[in-house]
Amino acid sequence: MNSLRVLWIFLRVGIMNEAQYRVNFFVQLLQSAIALATGLIVLALVFSYTESLNSWSQPELLIVMGVHTLMGGLIQVIIQPNMLRLMREIQEGTLDYMLTKPEDSQVLVSVRELRFWSIVDVAVGLAIVGWGMQRLASPVTLAQVLLFLLMLGLGFLIFYSFWLLVASTAFWFIRISEIVTIFQSLFQAGRWPVGIYPVWLRTILTFVVPLGVAVTVPAEAFTNRLSTGGLFLAVGVTALFFGASRGVWLWGLRNYSGASA
Amino acid sequence: MTGKRMRSRFNEIKFLTAFYSLRVKYAALLVFQYRLATFLWVVGLIVEPVIYLVIWSTVAREQGGIIGGYTLADFTAYYLVWMILRVVNIGLHPGAFEWRVRNGRWSHLLLRPLHPIHDDIAFLIGNKALDFVILIPILILLGLFFRPDLNPTGWQILLFIIACLLGFLVRTVWQWALGLTTFWVVRVQAIFDLYFAIELLLSGRIVPLDLLPDWAQRLANFLPYQWSFGFPIEVAIGRQTWSQAVTGIGIQLCWIVGGWILVMFLWRRGVKRYSAVGA
Repeated sequence: MNSLRVLWIFLRVGIMNEAQYRVNFFVQLLQSAIALATGLIVLALVFSYTESLNSWSQPELLIVMGVHTLMGGLIQVIIQPNMLRLMREIQEGTLDYMLTKPEDSQVLVSVRELRFWSIVDVAVGLAIVGWGMQRLASPVTLAQVLLFLLMLGLGFLIFYSFWLLVASTAFWFIRISEIVTIFQSLFQAGRWPVGIYPVWLRTILTFVVPLGVAVTVPAEAFTNRLSTGGLFLAVGVTALFFGASRGVWLWGLRNYSGASA
Repeated sequence: MTGKRMRSRFNEIKFLTAFYSLRVKYAALLVFQYRLATFLWVVGLIVEPVIYLVIWSTVAREQGGIIGGYTLADFTAYYLVWMILRVVNIGLHPGAFEWRVRNGRWSHLLLRPLHPIHDDIAFLIGNKALDFVILIPILILLGLFFRPDLNPTGWQILLFIIACLLGFLVRTVWQWALGLTTFWVVRVQAIFDLYFAIELLLSGRIVPLDLLPDWAQRLANFLPYQWSFGFPIEVAIGRQTWSQAVTGIGIQLCWIVGGWILVMFLWRRGVKRYSAVGA
């Protein structure tokens, strides 16, 4: 319970900090608009040649794009800035200051940084999902929406765990700034349902960089394609990544000898 | 008088040649220290064309195997060559310009007798040495696996290499011109985003130009982008006749000269402004 309170306070301070820089909001707005326009144009281009892409219709792909944008926003707002700071502090040995605090260190390192204005992407993502929903052939039931929200939550946990895993490797390997580049290019693959990729790539996108589970599965839930097997796979992969990241984090901490090493 | 001038011009070229060869070698040596990092970086670059390739082959398959004159094997060839161009075309990151202005790095670069664009170009060329060492085996593997329709003749290979180099210069020079806007506006990220979004759509990067609607193709003809991506690729996969390819190289040269003039113009203005701030 105490952890939740700490988390809430950190978030509030983060938002207040960022709210000082209003120009950043407009820059973000412009960047999100450019990204949105590009995405829609590409989608229109693809569907000017075909009626469906691997059995996904245009409105359904809008939903995939919406989820992708939303997740990208969440990663930018809270996951990536915190994990980058964590990696930097492990390298420089300044993580010590965090470890002396009485609260669980994993909670603390996960909420210290907030790039609040990227929340624009979350809003844009939700808007695209809503727009796609309106254009769907069959109406969406309440059960589908609930399942969708649940899967979004799992997706967020997966990305968080994935990033924590990657950041924790900084305890052993030092130069890993390229991870961000790799993640960003792989993340682009999530703009399309992973079912269209060849098996080898689909496997990577499910078990190595679990974009398929974190982005495609929520969209599947929304468009009524999620099978029970798919649901269990999603829960399983989430549990696996979450558990593994916690384990590696604790292991890394034992390994960490601080600035004086 | 003219003799003297010619001699000084000659010395300048001799100096530039020596500078470029040293700087390229130095950058290449530097990058060979970061083998793992570079490997990861090249792998990251390859993801992008794989996505496009998968999408367009899926569309083509659903439309009976061919769209816009491109078969599955044509698309494969297109995006394999694309990977070469992506590495060739790597320019200066827009953030680098912001960084130079914010941290006052231009002051240091301004002290040098040589225009800093030469340093950037030479560094970028040398920097790619390791990229190619890594990319070539990957391309060969992908080629064996995906079976592209790719049989370039001798002249096509030759013109492709020239077109690659010129395409790189087109992109670098225009990006440099855009980067110079940091002298006036410090936050250029959004401007660069727009620039790259247009590049994505109108350069042949996300889709071969022949698949764009007519009006978009016409629009692309007024922009420099296709000369860095679409044109060199089309030379390699045999979609340009000899005369088209030679004309294209001429147009590339025009874009380089145009961009160069723009860079020099903005540079002179920007430097004045920069020193006026007192940084």
